[in-house]
Amino acid sequence: MTKPGDKAGDGTGGTSRRGFLGGAGLAGAGLIAGMVPARAASPDPMITEVQPWAQFLGPGVDDAPYGKPSPHEAHVIRRNVEWLTADTASSVNFTPIHELDGIITPNGICFERHHAGVADIAPQDYRLMINGLVDREMVFTLQDLLRFPRENRIYFLECAANTGMEWRGAQLNGAQFTHGMIHNCMYTGVPLRTLLEHAGVQPNGTWLLAEGADASAMSRSIPMEKALDDCMVAFRMNGEALRPEQGYPVRLVVPGWEGNMWVKWLRRIEVGDAPWHHREETSKYTDLLADGRARRFTWEMHAKSVITSPSPQAPIYHGRGPTVITGLAWSGVGTIDRVDVSLDGGRNWHHARIDGPSLDKSLHRFYYEFDWDGSPLLIQSRAMDSAGYVQPTKDALREFRGTASIYHMNGIQTWQVHSSGEVENVEVA
Amino acid sequence: MSRLLEASALALVIGAPALAHADTLGRLALPEEVAAWDIDIRPDGAGLPEGRGDVWTGEELYELQCAHCHGTFGEGIGAWPVVAGGFGTLTHEHPEKTIGSYWPYLSTVFDYVYRAMPYGFAQSLEPDEVYAITAYLLYLNDLVEDDFELSAENFTEIRLPNEDGFYMDDRVETEWPTFTQEPCMTDCGDAVAVSMRAAVLEVTPDDPLTDARHAQYLAMAAASGGDAGDAGPPAAAEEAAAPEEEEEAAAGYTPEQVAGGEAAWRQCRTCHNVGDGARHAVGPHLNGVYGAPVGAQEGFRYSPVLTEAGADGMVWDNATLDAFLENPRAHLPRNRMSFNGVRDADERQGLIAYIASFGE
Ligand code: HEC
Ligand code: HEC
Repeated sequence: MTKPGDKAGDGTGGTSRRGFLGGAGLAGAGLIAGMVPARAASPDPMITEVQPWAQFLGPGVDDAPYGKPSPHEAHVIRRNVEWLTADTASSVNFTPIHELDGIITPNGICFERHHAGVADIAPQDYRLMINGLVDREMVFTLQDLLRFPRENRIYFLECAANTGMEWRGAQLNGAQFTHGMIHNCMYTGVPLRTLLEHAGVQPNGTWLLAEGADASAMSRSIPMEKALDDCMVAFRMNGEALRPEQGYPVRLVVPGWEGNMWVKWLRRIEVGDAPWHHREETSKYTDLLADGRARRFTWEMHAKSVITSPSPQAPIYHGRGPTVITGLAWSGVGTIDRVDVSLDGGRNWHHARIDGPSLDKSLHRFYYEFDWDGSPLLIQSRAMDSAGYVQPTKDALREFRGTASIYHMNGIQTWQVHSSGEVENVEVA
Repeated sequence: MSRLLEASALALVIGAPALAHADTLGRLALPEEVAAWDIDIRPDGAGLPEGRGDVWTGEELYELQCAHCHGTFGEGIGAWPVVAGGFGTLTHEHPEKTIGSYWPYLSTVFDYVYRAMPYGFAQSLEPDEVYAITAYLLYLNDLVEDDFELSAENFTEIRLPNEDGFYMDDRVETEWPTFTQEPCMTDCGDAVAVSMRAAVLEVTPDDPLTDARHAQYLAMAAASGGDAGDAGPPAAAEEAAAPEEEEEAAAGYTPEQVAGGEAAWRQCRTCHNVGDGARHAVGPHLNGVYGAPVGAQEGFRYSPVLTEAGADGMVWDNATLDAFLENPRAHLPRNRMSFNGVRDADERQGLIAYIASFGE
């Protein structure tokens, strides 16, 4: 299942160590100083003086029965954009992807999207109903679900509106705001197929409606093929119980498809013979095109990537010399085969290095190491997936769709790095 | 979709562990249970409950329960959703997608209002009321006359104008041929220039924690003693101290009552704010309301009932708040707070203690 993480050795010319040093050599004589570590002018008091943490006792075990991040990481939080919505119970916030590495999103900073706030359901009060075109209409408790055979899968969840603000051009300064409606977790749960087989789907049962227990009673139509393929009824994320804001105690997992379908606080699955055309698949989550017509049921999330650092909230303050560009790439139809990085706004591209697991419908982590000479850059990343789809430019997408479709903006993102190391969200033409 | 079919067929063969032992899990659903939860409606009318309602009844309900968010004409107050108008705007730069201009099926209106509205008090409407409100929403969208009555019988005769404006996802057929070409690696196209900057719009929220993080980066750069390039330190940011919430001693209420009230406050916060910087929302902010005349928060547009009660000398104290919160509609008939009330007396006392803890 896991592909070799390092793509540098596979002949695609990825940035191997050789490439890294070669790049440094090419950068010219002005930077040779960087080849030899500098000598400090005076001894570093952090080393020569005994520091308080080296002398006094720190907090003991159980100081935090449920541990928290270091207080020095207080900035690594979800953020919202207040003016976007009238009320936080019908709103969205964003994952701080600019501060994260690897592929797993920690539970406490997975972005939130609610339509009627967070439902609070005690595990003993939880019920899941399966009804409609089944041989046996069933009710399951959480205890029942925990007695079925389980599976563990890592999947990304991306809101269809992630990056939606950018249809009309560069809007918000921060990868968190432009690309932060995404997270990637390991889910534990029961395959939806298992529960449907248990209830006995009738031959004309070709669709199902997934419905939430919250005060929006969120509902989406899902074709039976997908339900039987890889959907899960999940009760854990990254090993622990789902967080309340992610649907505690039970949510639906619909791998590779838009996040809205991953119904939280899942209370009911109805089997039917036609889609329901509910509010979230008509008024919302349909893609209005330039000719005034709209695509419906645009479920799949197509290949996309973004450089998470440097980015507007994560500037380069270390100056010239060795610099790490890193980012995320993903595809709702498979794995990521390749990521390219450009430093000049898309004229020339370099193969980036994918590191860490390369899993189906999961985030991939990429790196591109280079020697920065301090000149301004226009950095971009471009993902290619196992289906051969190449992440398009924003303008190429606009040619097909205009600028009013809100959802499914997977175009190439440009960050401008200034000589000062500060970074801005820009568009290039 | 064939890709999916293959995958699922395969999964069935090599499949999950044998389930024979799981056959007894769960229980059969009772018809009453299915009826209670299965409230969804489809475009073909499947799922519609018995009932009827006319435009006039709908207007009355809408004015009382919906208009303070969605506007008297469905135009949406502030950032609350627009539900009417926008005709002919779908090709405009800023299309207005409403029931009349965009939604394909009337069943979606009934289904959604029945399951999710009014916001913050869902599933409180009877079928007849939803028929009436749906009829009124049609009227607000110029789709029926004011003598119209909607019922289970004539429901599917109503077609929305944009029903044919939708088609199935065809990205793979229309876009993929273009987006699956081998990409260019060197000297691709002409040199590019910046054509737009997010900074120009100034819509990114200010964030002291990010400023503090940037100060941290600079300190780290200084610690490594390296060439900081041309990196000019931005205005050094102070480590932002988390604002401490001050618990004010509330007039004669115990901290336990206040704490209990804070939990119960969840039902109110969709519409009311309290505390530092509280602003009017659907309802007025409630700082200092305890001990103040009814309907007297500055800058809020109250219904006539509240304004008049205040002018007549009614004051919010324990007794009046308790009666009001128990049944807002009965206590001050025709007021605009669409909230059913708090039945539990202790919960009401907690809420009152909580509100009283926020002075001016
Ligand atoms: C407190 C404010 C509030 C009240 C009162 C309210 N709504 Fe809403 N309404 C909302 C919000 C917020 C949403 C969007 C919810 C979400 O996040 O999905 C919404 C969505 C809607 C929509 C869908 C709009 C769209 O374009 O998709 C309709 C229709 C609607 N409401 C009708 C009603 C009706 C009818 C009532 C009265 C019975 C009502 N609402 C009362 C706040 C309100
Ligand atoms: C659906 C929105 C909504 C909810 C929920 C709601 N309120 Fe209100 N409230 C209002 C509105 C609107 C008004 C103004 C009513 C009027 O002008 O007729 C109001 C008025 C009030 C007033 C009178 C204020 C004054 O200045 O006279 C109090 C007190 C109050 N609400 C308390 C509460 C409490 C406590 C809760 C929770 C238990 C609550 N409300 C829930 C909308 C709401």
